[in-house]
Amino acid sequence: MPNFLPLLITGLMNGAIYALVALGFVLIYKATDVINFAQGELLLVGVYVTFALVAETGFPLRPWPWPLAIAAALAVAVGLGVLIERLVLRPLIGEPIISVIMVTIGLSQLLRAIVAAFFGTSQRAFPPIFPSHVIELFGTRITADRLWALGIAGLLLLLLSLFFRFSTTGIAMRAAADDQQAALSMGISIKRVFAIAWSIAAVVATIGGLLVANNNGGINTSLGNIGLLVFPVVILGGLDSIPGAIIGGIIIGMIESFSAGYLNVKLGLEGLESVLPYVLLIIILMIRPYGLFGREIIERV
Amino acid sequence: MLSINNIEVIYNDVILVLKGLSLEVREGQIVALLGSNGAGKTTTLKSISGLLKPENGAVTDGTIEFMGQRIDRRDAADIVRMGIFQVMEGRRVFEHLTVEENLRAGSYIRRDRGVKDDIEKVYAYFPRLRERRHQKSGYMSGGEQQMLAIGRALMARPTMMLLDEPSLGLAPLLVQEIFGIIQRINRDEGVTILLVEQNARLALSVADYGYLMENGRVVMADETAKLRDNADVREFYLGLGAGDTAKSYRSIKSYKRRKRWLS
Ligand SMILES: Nc1ncnc2c1ncn2[C@@H]1O[C@H](COP(=O)(O)OP(=O)(O)OP(=O)(O)O)[C@@H](O)[C@H]1O
Ligand SMILES: [Mg+2]
Repeated sequence: MPNFLPLLITGLMNGAIYALVALGFVLIYKATDVINFAQGELLLVGVYVTFALVAETGFPLRPWPWPLAIAAALAVAVGLGVLIERLVLRPLIGEPIISVIMVTIGLSQLLRAIVAAFFGTSQRAFPPIFPSHVIELFGTRITADRLWALGIAGLLLLLLSLFFRFSTTGIAMRAAADDQQAALSMGISIKRVFAIAWSIAAVVATIGGLLVANNNGGINTSLGNIGLLVFPVVILGGLDSIPGAIIGGIIIGMIESFSAGYLNVKLGLEGLESVLPYVLLIIILMIRPYGLFGREIIERV
Repeated sequence: MLSINNIEVIYNDVILVLKGLSLEVREGQIVALLGSNGAGKTTTLKSISGLLKPENGAVTDGTIEFMGQRIDRRDAADIVRMGIFQVMEGRRVFEHLTVEENLRAGSYIRRDRGVKDDIEKVYAYFPRLRERRHQKSGYMSGGEQQMLAIGRALMARPTMMLLDEPSLGLAPLLVQEIFGIIQRINRDEGVTILLVEQNARLALSVADYGYLMENGRVVMADETAKLRDNADVREFYLGLGAGDTAKSYRSIKSYKRRKRWLS
């Protein structure tokens, strides 16, 4: 099989990025019962803030070094996420789910419009974050920036998994997702849990977005569409499953990569890779409506 | 240690549930709070632990004091930190978490290093939990879940536990076992206990002092030995008539005598 390793690495890399963005989505849903259609725009804001600090002319003290610019962008994204939760979504607690969805869709349009107002909608060159020299790996040639992206996304996913599995705060967040009142009865602050969920979601979205921007070498406001692209991932893994988001992301990344690499050429179907995830989504929903790892409703008999 | 002074509790701004309730719990005691369905027992516990707010309930009159401090305006997290832990009705374990994760959730307010030792202590009280430590708690039996709910409370190292119907839906033998452990927790850990029960006979057999509630008020309070001898209590709560024959408290005569407490 030609190109197997490069396709595998691309698939894993994209998959890990999808997993990151999907994880933010799942976290917010699990903790606060909000289906957040503005996840992609949270990412957009984070990426554009970084871009402004590093590359936009006329910005004070520019150019900022990457670590500082990224840290500042993460802070902005976290602040925005927490503010949205506090000011927009918390007052909606108890409202029908469809109202909440409409509000997050409206929010996504608003954020996108704000970003467009500042930066325009045209494609902008995004300066490379990682070195991109070519590396020989098991006889194939791969650029270093893909390995960097894969490494960073993978590491972040690993750290988050460990956090939710073993840390006291992670356990408290899962406990609150299970039974808010019982969590409250042991002193777990639900407000804090909500804020942490939105913060983590903003951080993973921004980092995922930066990796995509670095990969593409350019950005425009349609970068926010990733928020919709991870939908098949989230449904595949289960709307409320953290491992599901990770495994779902990697499966979809692989399917895209290998179908682009092998099937498209063989079948002559351009763009098959962007349709296949949705085909898979429909099939999964028919066999397992809660997704592969969706939370089973525990009913003892 | 805990004193409730003449409190009034209202849900949704209109539903008056507690109507001037007072009670006292002394350090080291087990105090039983008895009453029929809807009397307001759970509401009383929630007004102590600060769990009324999420249900849109509020203490609108009177005070609750714990160790000399007013707690009726504090939020639930503060009250847990002060040493009061409510084990809610219906066990309420975190179903998708393992036994051990449930126990760690119970220790949430603590930041000391003793958590591991305390998990071992809980397993010593409830060896069955140790066997199932990595199992999702949602798949455990009702009795095991009740053990977990009590063990989880121990993890917070409370000075006072509020237990809401720990015998609910459990087989008699298991109830015996759990009540034995409640007594041990009281004696060996020095945890003061306020116990809400439907099973009056059982509650009075372990408690030092008892309160009877009707319709949002305390209608009788005494040492348990005296309560057990009281004719009304024998008849309505223990289901024993004058001649010790079992008898339903739904009978008309009982109803009339119950009425008398209300006036
Ligand atoms: N969240 C709520 N909103 C409105 N009314 C409530 C609420 N919770 C309880 N009540 C009412 O308050 C009264 C007392 O309820 P509570 O649960 O305290 O009784 P209880 O003595 O614990 O009863 P049980 O033995 O059935 O558990 C009931 O009439 C109930 O309908
Ligand atoms: Mg009750």
